Amino acid sequence: MSCILLGDAQTFLRLRIPLFLERVSAGFPSPAEDYIEKTLDLNELCIQHPAATFFVRVQGESMIGVGIFPDDVLVVDRSLRAQHGDIIIASLESEMTVKELHLTPPPVCLLPRNPAYQPIFIEDGMVLEVFGVVTNVVRSLKRGRKS
Amino acid sequence: MKTVFALVDCNNFYASCEKLFRPDLRDTPVIVLSNNDGCVVARSREAKALGIKMGVPVHHIRSEIRLHGIHLFSSNYTLYGDLSRRVMTTLEALAPRVDVYSIDEAFLDLSGVERVVPLRDFGHQVKDIVVQNTGLPVCVGIAPTRTLAKLANYAAKKYRATEGVVDLTDTGRQRRLMALAPVDEVWGVGRKISAKLQAMGITTALKLADADPATLRKQFSVILERTIRELNGIACIPWEDAPQPKKQIMCSRSFGSPVKALPDLEEAVVQFASRATEKLRKGGQYAGTLMVFFRTNSFRTELPQYSNSASVGLITPTQDSRVIVQQVLSLLRPMYRPGYGYAKAGVMLSDLVNKAIIQEDFFANPSPDQDDRAARLMSVMDEINRRSRTKVCSARQAGPAAYAMRKEHLSPAYTTDWRQLPGVT
Repeated sequence: MSCILLGDAQTFLRLRIPLFLERVSAGFPSPAEDYIEKTLDLNELCIQHPAATFFVRVQGESMIGVGIFPDDVLVVDRSLRAQHGDIIIASLESEMTVKELHLTPPPVCLLPRNPAYQPIFIEDGMVLEVFGVVTNVVRSLKRGRKS
Repeated sequence: MKTVFALVDCNNFYASCEKLFRPDLRDTPVIVLSNNDGCVVARSREAKALGIKMGVPVHHIRSEIRLHGIHLFSSNYTLYGDLSRRVMTTLEALAPRVDVYSIDEAFLDLSGVERVVPLRDFGHQVKDIVVQNTGLPVCVGIAPTRTLAKLANYAAKKYRATEGVVDLTDTGRQRRLMALAPVDEVWGVGRKISAKLQAMGITTALKLADADPATLRKQFSVILERTIRELNGIACIPWEDAPQPKKQIMCSRSFGSPVKALPDLEEAVVQFASRATEKLRKGGQYAGTLMVFFRTNSFRTELPQYSNSASVGLITPTQDSRVIVQQVLSLLRPMYRPGYGYAKAGVMLSDLVNKAIIQEDFFANPSPDQDDRAARLMSVMDEINRRSRTKVCSARQAGPAAYAMRKEHLSPAYTTDWRQLPGVT
């Protein structure tokens, strides 16, 4: 029997085995693994034009009729041209407001969706700027709240 | 194929960003102040009309501010950075090639576009889509060279009849505009050079274009010779095809034990920032953007998790540790949340450039000779740190107060913080 000197034991490098803290399934690999192509991304659902999308937060109850409540976050797409019937963010008389846009019959009108609020007719001399079109509403449901 | 450049430049960028979510300020004069609220670094159209000068210390114009109801803002780089990114992303969807030149301007490659649509029409499309998508107005200058595109943009901004778009591909138009443009409006002609040129009787861009390049190269530099050729329609600054220098420098580390308190996290991040900046200077580069990030240990699923990152674009690229440390801290502090054990943090410097292509910022706070002193200070610091064990570092020990920037007029981070979204009624 012959011996080959492999090296001085003290000079051996210590191998660092990475410890995977994720659970590793032993035995058969999961049959589903190959079928996972991607996960669902909420951004994909709510955002078509990322560079043109802004978020705003709702204050007040003028739109509760279409399911927009105080503290909701609205997804606003600026790249869309506002059309009749769109929910829009507009700056009107120095304030940002969320309303339904009505173009017909004239004059242009910002319609609240709450009977307690009055429609706003855009008369001559009023400055209305459309900030963007609301595409989605994000609402977190507060748990444990008793009404 | 004929090369065509477009320079897209946002109008009064910082002031426009501040006005975007403030319809109440639509027609109000607005100014934006430098770090520490020292002097004016941006003015809205209305503030310019009132004669407020760029770079003026804010305490010199107190009475004007009161008299005209000028609205002040501290620099909100979080907001400007996010809106800048949106503008650039929008441009990238419109042109096959985009060179981001600074936070508010980019060169587009429009070569070949005129076969499909007249260049001026295309310029208007770009302008309309950017304002529609981002709410920020831009002007577009189109020309066969970058220097002429800059000049076209100057004209688009200056003359209202252009409606914000100038196509300067025609030689006759180039010469007509150059005859009107003062020589100091030419890209690359700084204050010093323009004073000398004017003394030589070269007062307009056209006179510079018609000057003898060889003579001027001897008296000035090869850069000015290049400018002259560019004014004559010969593109000398092509799209960078050469291998790029290192694009980013990263310094990050996992902590031995979780870091909980803000001062400890700050100390770590300051160290990373200093080290990254040291590497930056070693490579002779300047950073245009910096990013900070930190996170908890995502493997410890039983513990509360939080991670965040933020980045900022600097007006003038820098290699000064003091500037970078200060910026890094001002990014970190608002993101920090108590009650978490942080496992990793880091700093990344990007948009690295060499001094040669840094745009001179005429309203930068330090004068050129102060800049020189800063460079000497940094090289002394590096030298000491190389030679001895005693490290010279930023006076982080002086406590956060020493670094806290004055930001008395800071607007909300409208687009990057859930808690600071604009409200709608």
